[in-house]
Amino acid sequence: MSLIEMSGVDRVFHVRRRTGLLRRQRHSVPAVNNLSFTVDAGEMVGYLGPNGAGKSTTVKMLTGILVPSAGRVRVDGLDPARQRRELAGRVGVVFGQRTTLWWDLPLRDSFDLLRRLYRIDPATFRVNLDRFTELLDLGPLLATPVRQLSLGQRMRGDLTAALLHDPRILYLDEPTIGLDVTSKAAVRSFLTQMNRDRGTTILLTTHDLDDIERVCRRVMVIDHGRLAFDGDLPALRARAAAERTLVVDLLTPTAPIEVPGTRVVRVDGPRQWLAFPADASAVPLVAAVMERFPVADIALREPDIEDVVAQLYAGSASALS
Amino acid sequence: MAGPVREYLLLVGMWTRASFQYPASLAILTLSQFVLAVLDLAAIAIVFTHTRSLAGFSLPEVMFLYGTSATAFALADLLVGNVERVGRHVRLGTFDVMLVRPASALAQVAAEDFSPRRLGKLCSAVPVLVIAVVLLPVDWTATRVLLLPVMVGAGAAIFAAVWVLCSAFQLAVGEQIELLNTFIYGGGFLVQYPLSLYGRDALRLLTWVFPLAFVNWQPALYVLGRPDPLGLPTAFRFASPVVATLLVALAAFAWRAGVRHYRSTGS
Repeated sequence: MSLIEMSGVDRVFHVRRRTGLLRRQRHSVPAVNNLSFTVDAGEMVGYLGPNGAGKSTTVKMLTGILVPSAGRVRVDGLDPARQRRELAGRVGVVFGQRTTLWWDLPLRDSFDLLRRLYRIDPATFRVNLDRFTELLDLGPLLATPVRQLSLGQRMRGDLTAALLHDPRILYLDEPTIGLDVTSKAAVRSFLTQMNRDRGTTILLTTHDLDDIERVCRRVMVIDHGRLAFDGDLPALRARAAAERTLVVDLLTPTAPIEVPGTRVVRVDGPRQWLAFPADASAVPLVAAVMERFPVADIALREPDIEDVVAQLYAGSASALS
Repeated sequence: MAGPVREYLLLVGMWTRASFQYPASLAILTLSQFVLAVLDLAAIAIVFTHTRSLAGFSLPEVMFLYGTSATAFALADLLVGNVERVGRHVRLGTFDVMLVRPASALAQVAAEDFSPRRLGKLCSAVPVLVIAVVLLPVDWTATRVLLLPVMVGAGAAIFAAVWVLCSAFQLAVGEQIELLNTFIYGGGFLVQYPLSLYGRDALRLLTWVFPLAFVNWQPALYVLGRPDPLGLPTAFRFASPVVATLLVALAAFAWRAGVRHYRSTGS
């Protein structure tokens, strides 16, 4: 059985809009529409989508914060909305935009309070705290109140807080938002390590495609409350019908070269860009170029994932209208 | 039931320790709560400089009504008063954080930002009650003595239930509604005086619709040996625990419904 299971899930928000002095009209806004997917234990899944696509709504239904309007949600065999508190002991949640720590307490006291709230046995707590302190370099911060921590430091504290009770699943809602490059790298490598060492299943929502490329093997793209894509990164690139590019440096400037299976998209002096379908092999093309033309250098460029995703959003939007 | 109480006590302990980080601020806040409560009392004192009785009640009798209601109110405020801030927690998104912890959301909201300064109100209410009990020319039978802690306990439970009911409503609506506080603080103020002061219609309203008469009025009529102006049966003098239980059940139900209808915020 899958660890996370959503089938046919809808979530509708009712919004009252003022239409007159006293008159209000009720609107139904679907945030999530017939969403179905499963996640197995040990997976690392990136959940991607533009603002308002339904990412956070999904995570909130998976943690029991929101009750689905229709459909079935199961996490580790539990119904999150009905068994929220029981489930809370088995999952960890990190919100990038707000802390789960207590603002006025030193980190150490926050962790100790969590130990008692989650009923973590002292030995496990000791081992986990020592390990996370080392991995995230928290040692010098333990005595500092949370309000005095920088965003990056706070995020490291939040990650620790979410994992002290050995959760089977870790949800992260925009975990790298606002972080500098070093902190982002620290968070990403920590997540990868947790998944490898402990088999923690990770579901992270993000805007940052680097997060996905560095951390996740699987990507789900949600748009307008529907699942627009579910698969790995290469498949995402292929799905969006993106092209790969051969960048060929010729010895001398030449008229656009003709190689079957490619088309020249740009010429700049001796350098030419040859686009070809993402699912075709580059080997025969490189061989063909080198056989026919004097070449100084050849580089292969993968489609930019940002372009791929932008294309996917545009595609699902036009499919809807 | 042990779960939420344990979680509540854990969090209260933590917040208490946190509030002692700033002892001067704590002392000032406690004192200000005490002074505010004493001002309520001063109002009663001023009334009695002009008249010997209020709606037929003597000064010790009014002090008894004030003492019982203010003690009950201060207890409820101390224990669950912070739930009125649930609308703010919704707006700031901190309510989401509470919902992902393996603890009762109600216990967490009630304990959030707990501070011993709230003892200040209790420090002015309890002495008034003690003085009233000493001054009252009442024959302290076993029933009367027993009724005293029962009425304070039931009164606190009634106030607490009203607090939670109003908060559940905020939760369902998803907004902080200051108007609701009028019910709580206005109600708390109302029952400091003999309810017969407000006339028979108000008395009926406060018995049947918004049953604050059971906080202290009905049991106090028995303790003070006075007839009920509405002529209700004697059983009503002892009905406070029943009313409190019903209201607490209603509040628990409303809170649960509020959490199920919770819509969270955008992000």
